[in-house]
Amino acid sequence: MEHIQPGSAQLPSATAARQPRTGFNLMRTLKARPELLLIPGLFVLLVLIWEAIIHYFEVPIYIMPAPSNIALALVNVSFLDNALYTLGEAMSGFLLAAVCGLVIGGLIAQFPLAEKTLYPYLIAIQTTPKVAVAPLFIMWFGFGMTSKVIIAATISFFPILVNVISGLRSTDPARLELMRSLRASRWQIFTMVRLPGALPMIFAGLNIAIIFSILGAIVGEFLGSRKGLGNAIMQMNVNLDTAGVFATLFVLSAIGVCLHLLMSFLQRKALFWADSSRLPTV
Amino acid sequence: MPATTSPNLSQTQSPIQGAQIGAAIVVEALEKTYATQDGGQVQALGPLSVTVPQGGFMTIVGPSGCGKSTLLKLLSGLIPRTAGSIKVNGEEVHEPHRDIGMVFQTPVLLPWKTAIDNVLLPARVLGLPMERSRARAQELLDMVGLREFRGRYPHELSGGMQQRVAIARSLIHDPSILMMDEPFGALDAMTREVMNVELLRIWRQAGKTIIFVTHSIPEAIFLGTQVMVLSNRPGRIADLVNVDLPAERSLDIMSTDAFGVFSKRIRSQFNTQGLI
Repeated sequence: MEHIQPGSAQLPSATAARQPRTGFNLMRTLKARPELLLIPGLFVLLVLIWEAIIHYFEVPIYIMPAPSNIALALVNVSFLDNALYTLGEAMSGFLLAAVCGLVIGGLIAQFPLAEKTLYPYLIAIQTTPKVAVAPLFIMWFGFGMTSKVIIAATISFFPILVNVISGLRSTDPARLELMRSLRASRWQIFTMVRLPGALPMIFAGLNIAIIFSILGAIVGEFLGSRKGLGNAIMQMNVNLDTAGVFATLFVLSAIGVCLHLLMSFLQRKALFWADSSRLPTV
Repeated sequence: MPATTSPNLSQTQSPIQGAQIGAAIVVEALEKTYATQDGGQVQALGPLSVTVPQGGFMTIVGPSGCGKSTLLKLLSGLIPRTAGSIKVNGEEVHEPHRDIGMVFQTPVLLPWKTAIDNVLLPARVLGLPMERSRARAQELLDMVGLREFRGRYPHELSGGMQQRVAIARSLIHDPSILMMDEPFGALDAMTREVMNVELLRIWRQAGKTIIFVTHSIPEAIFLGTQVMVLSNRPGRIADLVNVDLPAERSLDIMSTDAFGVFSKRIRSQFNTQGLI
């Protein structure tokens, strides 16, 4: 614990690390974080082994393509249209789920009666495998985008809801007492203390949900669609274009990684303070 | 300690400058009982009667679990009493009173707000004019020695600095009474002593009535104009000690004979109850 005279400009150690970095040194960076070299290294190694096995055992391309075949398929087939289509479905579903999750989660956390009333229904819905309901959505909303958006929203809704509720519930009692000592209204307590304090958990939920939304969109496309990456996979599968399927998987995985990085970035921006919650003093 | 300049922090008269005008808090036959699981009743506190004069500094000391914190929460209106009466500035207390500022055992700062925004929290909740409050928040941060730290976030401040922010926050709406629940209990001994000296300076400067709960006998004597010694549960007043040491105190006073006499008197109370 530092011992600071009033009026002194002495900074605690936490701020010392904020000094601007002077120059970028590749060797020093790699020494400090060897994984930056190991991650691509492992990738190259695995690809080489895979390629060798396929050629050595002469595996037919429609059973298992070599990495070189997949790379070729990636270059030759245009994924952009389908990828944007699927991404559009997933993101619309995700946003829908996020809005519903925040509103319903907020109501449940704030009003015990809302929870008591809705709880059995929520349990019933949550324990039903959402994928099993998906064919109904296709029947009701057709082969277009709407059915996929709804399936994606249904699947990504619960991780958000659960995290919103537990985040809003886990408010530090000391903060509530502070607000009560000021005679803060329920709304003031919600906006000033509960909601910002719940953000770390809400972001954890959003992080899961955004990946789930892709899953939902793909499942919907499997069941009936005219476009999208899920549709492409089904068609390639029928045509025994296994290299194409792998290339599509690669694109899907790249989309997933990008979404995850985007969420992590937003999380770091919004929760710059969250590290401090580990300190016992705050 | 360098004297900081903010003379108009309070309308309340300083106890050094003038005579004590009246009672800030009047407690009569206060009792608190809790219902137990099996339907019984447990007496946690009282009956207890006491009067705190305006501008007074009353410290409350007692064994752990005697109901010190409960007493403070009752006085501040955070929890309902079972019997008796509490009057703050002549008004019966039923809910948290606007004229009371609270400082808790931990700083309870909002980690997503800067120091000055944390100080401004009560102003926002109470809907005070922001421009004037902002100027006042800056004055208060000056007073607690954090002039340069207004833009810092809690995790960038040491424990002592965080508790100073909490003290500034408790004063932003200019309450005449400050209630502090072991505010320095989590700090190391050195920081704690500095904070004690600082608090006395702030008390003299701002002229507030302070109720201060602690489990440290030296801290209780060093800070208080009056020390309330609570008994074991149910907490009752075992002794009420008027500390007639000079209002301007330095840490050296703790090694004087007079200080030792007070210390001995309070300690003997603990002894007779078999607490030490």
